[in-house]
Amino acid sequence: MSFTLPLDRVEPRDRDRVGGKGYALARMARQGLPVPDALLVTVDAYRQYLRHTGIGEAVALEINRKIAGEMRWEEMWDAALRIRNLFLRTPLPGSLRDELARAIDARFRGAAVVVRSSAPGEDSAKASFAGLHESFVNVRGTESILDRIRLVWASLWSDAALLYRQELGLDVATSTMAVVVQEIVAGDRSGVAFSVSPEDPSRSVIEAVHGLNQGLVDGSVEPDRWVIDRGRGRILSHRPATREKALFAADSGVEARALPAALAGTPPLEPEDVLRVFRTVMDVEQFFGSPQDMEWTIRSGSLYILQARPVTADGSDGDKRAWYLTLRRSFENLKALRQAVEGKWIPAMVYDADTLAGTDPAALSDQDLASEIERRRSLHEKWHDIYYAQFIPLAHGIRLFGQVYNDALRPADPYEFMDLLGGTEMISLERNRLLARMAARIRNNPHLAGSLRQGALAGIDPDFDADFETFSRTFGDLGCGTNRCFSGQDALVGLLLRMAEAPPARERFDAGAIEGRREAFLKSFEGDARQRAAEILDLGRASYRLRDNDNIHLGKIEGALLAAVDEGRRRLARTWGIAASALSAEDSVRALRDPDWRPQEGARQPEGKRPAAGLRARQLRGQPAGPGVARGTARVISGPEDLLEIRAGEILVCDAIDPNMTFAVPLAAGIVERRGGMLIHGAIIAREYGIPCVTGVPGAAELIRTGDRVSVDGWLGIVTIEASPSL
Amino acid sequence: MEEMETLRGRLDAMLQSQRLAVLSTAGAGGAPYGSLVSFAAPGTGRLLFATTRATRKYENLRADARVALLIDNRRGEEADFHETLAATALGRAVELTGKDREEGIAVYIAKFPFLEEFVRAPSCALFRVDVERWIMVTRFQNVIEVNPLP
Repeated sequence: MSFTLPLDRVEPRDRDRVGGKGYALARMARQGLPVPDALLVTVDAYRQYLRHTGIGEAVALEINRKIAGEMRWEEMWDAALRIRNLFLRTPLPGSLRDELARAIDARFRGAAVVVRSSAPGEDSAKASFAGLHESFVNVRGTESILDRIRLVWASLWSDAALLYRQELGLDVATSTMAVVVQEIVAGDRSGVAFSVSPEDPSRSVIEAVHGLNQGLVDGSVEPDRWVIDRGRGRILSHRPATREKALFAADSGVEARALPAALAGTPPLEPEDVLRVFRTVMDVEQFFGSPQDMEWTIRSGSLYILQARPVTADGSDGDKRAWYLTLRRSFENLKALRQAVEGKWIPAMVYDADTLAGTDPAALSDQDLASEIERRRSLHEKWHDIYYAQFIPLAHGIRLFGQVYNDALRPADPYEFMDLLGGTEMISLERNRLLARMAARIRNNPHLAGSLRQGALAGIDPDFDADFETFSRTFGDLGCGTNRCFSGQDALVGLLLRMAEAPPARERFDAGAIEGRREAFLKSFEGDARQRAAEILDLGRASYRLRDNDNIHLGKIEGALLAAVDEGRRRLARTWGIAASALSAEDSVRALRDPDWRPQEGARQPEGKRPAAGLRARQLRGQPAGPGVARGTARVISGPEDLLEIRAGEILVCDAIDPNMTFAVPLAAGIVERRGGMLIHGAIIAREYGIPCVTGVPGAAELIRTGDRVSVDGWLGIVTIEASPSL
Repeated sequence: MEEMETLRGRLDAMLQSQRLAVLSTAGAGGAPYGSLVSFAAPGTGRLLFATTRATRKYENLRADARVALLIDNRRGEEADFHETLAATALGRAVELTGKDREEGIAVYIAKFPFLEEFVRAPSCALFRVDVERWIMVTRFQNVIEVNPLP
């Protein structure tokens, strides 16, 4: 069993040991086609590493935390993040390391290389994994190459690759990975060629950019595009690109540089070059006997084939892959998204929220109230859609920063990077600080506490009154849930009184500690890379902050809708009685407009899922989302009224928490949530206060009952129901 | 949640497919003692096992009828950590006599025909465990308590 094979030693029986990409390169080299020299690291090396280090079972434990269908992609990302860190921090066993190092030294002698994934079955005519596994361009030195090999192995377990394999019905457990270590050809023009156009089988397509082709492959550099008549070998059309920048090899890795004017004005290929690439891809097609998708580069006039794979037969697979590819967004893509969200969407959303606040539903006639409910509902729908399309993807900025941080510092805790994002100016934290300040005033002023208990709201402490007024104006009614508002001021006063009885909660981060971590992170980069790292951190912080804040703004619009619906229900209660409180927004509008209208007997909401009879959860496995251990009495949140009932030291258990609900978190000793992932709001706010948190617990809010004695292990992601008074 | 719905079925299947259980008894001063026993399961509420009367476990059971039995489907491989289903039965062991013993022996040798001589020997005691509760572990750390069906 050998861990490496040079291209000229690969036999047909080695196909599954070197993967599709490596095997195709070996066959082309034998045929005399122009491919760069390469060393193939076989799947035996991957398997040996897994077996020897025990990582194989560690990975299995990660991805089997729960039934695959119950894992959201955010949880997949969490698992992928932990798995990647495992690979980053686990060195190669000595003998394997020595053999790989010897072979790499002997072949490349310090020259720069490209380290590419080559998973068996990765590129077949049925499915393409192009872009889902990682490749590293311009890697120099044996140690760095060995390092990147482990990262390519780890990319077998990226969330995108995991989800895509699941979608294709491929067995995750038996998947394996070979690696191509290829001499770098720093071409001055590069691109891709499809021997058969995905749009028209009688044509070929060639795309080209100046510099290296990574920019084209990851979508950050727009290519020139030619369409060629396959039969006659004639160029049918040329669509020039707006040529602004290109990727070039840096000291290590690649960097984008602006194109000099002369190059920007020139297509990367002359017509004769286009035809040369065309003839080559046709040769490759003929050689393999099927349509091919080829990456190529031209250096000083010589053409090289970097890789070739079958064009995926079923076009729909390509479309599906495109979705999974969006899970890996580039820095440039995210920067543009951030600009749009911060510069355009948030101000527009705040404007809409403020406009709504200017109309008092109570002052409207029934007919006008009906119209107002409709207006608010359509605005809410609009912002809800924008939220999903524009705001949610921005969370990838946090992921991007996390990966850069972990690659640079390789911390024992894969979530350490979150500390650098904390303490940003989140509206939910400002709201909680104001609550804490009011609670402190009550704590220090027994007279004020007594007066509040008796229901007198104003006149004892003018500062408290001012804060109370500010709070109500800025944050509205805390009791607004997803269905209705119910609370009024009494609930807020009750919450404040309980907060005053508990010791004050502390935010975990202070500016000094964050600054120290920031410096440590930036110091691990040099030169231009440091500037880039600072920009990625800035993007990460903005993504983190916006992830909470956009919800608060959206919550205001939702609150305005609910306030109008509630006003409608109040009026309808005169004729409808208690039934009015169950009316939907739509039915309220109908009833306000037509006093004689009555709803159809409709199907009732299905009951929540309950565990099977005679079964009781004792311990539930989720995802670790906030380190620490807490024990306490469970407070299960089924509606906003439960949230206002929370007592200090309780464990908050919920299906899904949004930033409009996190005001209760400082009172909680621990948090358990059904929705998974470390970027959910419960986890974000838990980290801010250093509260143990476990997310991704299937059925948490049904399996745990209010009053259960619960232990939350935020290190390992486990919740134990120690005792249940209901039994 | 989905897992909980299929758990009873998985327990039933495992009780049929597995042959050996780890039996825990309490010795002098409550000292724990573990031993491997063959078991038969007429249902999730009752388990049968046999032991000769000169054994430690027999002595322990005479003094304290409380037992735990661990049944699992591990294969002795690394993958056991994420794949194994483990079920611990908590309950009391009663030595069967007379007609109960004869009926029990019939169930026992239907599963273990090669143990007929052993279980029919006058020196061998057949016990029935009345299971009060099952504690089932899946996916390394998911723990669900299951009441046996009557």
